[in-house]
Amino acid sequence: MDGWLPIIVMILLGAAFAGAGVLASQFLGPKNPTPEKLAPYECGVPPVGDARERMSVKFYLVAMIFLLFDIEVAFLYPWALALRQLGWVGYFQILVFFALLLSGFIYVWRKGVLDWGSEERI
Amino acid sequence: MIDMVVIPVFKMLVVITAVLSAVAYMVLLERKVQAWVQVRLGPMRVGPHGVLQPIADVLKLITKEDVRPASADRFLFTLAPILVVVPALIVFAVVPFGTSTTMFGKEISLYITDLDIGLLYIVSVASIGLYGLILGGWASNSKYPLLSSLRASAQIVSYEVAVTMTLVSLIVTAGSLSLVEIVKAQEAHGVWYVFIQPVAFVIFVIGALAETNRAPFDLPEAEQELVGGFHTEYSGMRFALFFLAEYTNMIVVSAVGVTMFLGGWLAPFSSVSWLAWLGLVPGWVWFSLKTFLLLSLFLWIRATLPRYRYDQLMRLGWKVLIPLALVNLAVSAVLKVLL
Repeated sequence: MDGWLPIIVMILLGAAFAGAGVLASQFLGPKNPTPEKLAPYECGVPPVGDARERMSVKFYLVAMIFLLFDIEVAFLYPWALALRQLGWVGYFQILVFFALLLSGFIYVWRKGVLDWGSEERI
Repeated sequence: MIDMVVIPVFKMLVVITAVLSAVAYMVLLERKVQAWVQVRLGPMRVGPHGVLQPIADVLKLITKEDVRPASADRFLFTLAPILVVVPALIVFAVVPFGTSTTMFGKEISLYITDLDIGLLYIVSVASIGLYGLILGGWASNSKYPLLSSLRASAQIVSYEVAVTMTLVSLIVTAGSLSLVEIVKAQEAHGVWYVFIQPVAFVIFVIGALAETNRAPFDLPEAEQELVGGFHTEYSGMRFALFFLAEYTNMIVVSAVGVTMFLGGWLAPFSSVSWLAWLGLVPGWVWFSLKTFLLLSLFLWIRATLPRYRYDQLMRLGWKVLIPLALVNLAVSAVLKVLL
């Protein structure tokens, strides 16, 4: 736990500051709710339906690719620290790892997952 | 007792206060810079040249009516702004503002704590703030905030990969994850890492703009399309917390960028003999100056560049920056093994 105690105190301080701010505005601000004020904002017209509708599949795809890459980077941290000791062997091992991931990346690229606009706009 | 409790807590309070006041004046500075670029005066009414504007803003925000939409999720709606602010603030726990100073006959280190995995801590804590953005958009149960938080999450996640890869190539060069050790390694090398890793620095700055939702990548807040972004339904202090977190994040990425690439608290031109007197200035002054320079760059970019389109943004992130960061990493690893 060496060095982590200040971080816990820091979290408490930050949360106390934010919580106190929200609480203070509850007491200091006026309370005058009307049905229009409490409706979700949709440019002045009455809101239509629920906001939580289906969303584009692209967001899910990006999230999944991100997950793969982020795990790759998580593997890279210890490798980067120990690179001196690992030498060329470690270097080529990570290159093989890269190549496997890159083949997937190229597949995703060619499939058009990373293209968000229509073809002509690019 | 004094060494264990009073000094660390005092340091935390100083850091939090300094960051919060820096945020307040960043808002004013941004408005002023925007105004100057557009040949206007900017805020002039509150105090001479508007210097008291931030105080007026805070007072106004705290005494405003706090509206919560009837269809919003009560708990998450309040949790979201807090979840955005706290990670932004606690990143400063590992940022070194200098080595150490003597105050009242005591040796005081100018950082709150020095973790062995400081950089990993920053990367992981900084991404917690994203949960706040998503929850804020989701809990509002309103169409524009939800769209905006979806955009924000996809955008931040895309640039996260490129930024962390540049950080890994920097770890390769520095050989440590501790921020204090990284600055000391730059001192030992005798050159800041921006000159060893220029490509990484450029990717880092672009990624930092995208991850803090700053222009030209401020698509989650594109007011022509999405009204106000993920905080459309927020008002009063909860809105202020979102605002605060955005500017705190700007200061965070600048401070981290300065530590990683611009030599942290080190004085410039340390090898030039007739400029050696620059080393007499305390380290935290250099640190603040460099952070201020990087922040000014952000403001300058905001005032100069138009906003990107979403497909351009994703193309830049995935098809340019990530391959570039990979190549940069491979090259710096070769150099590390060779030298």
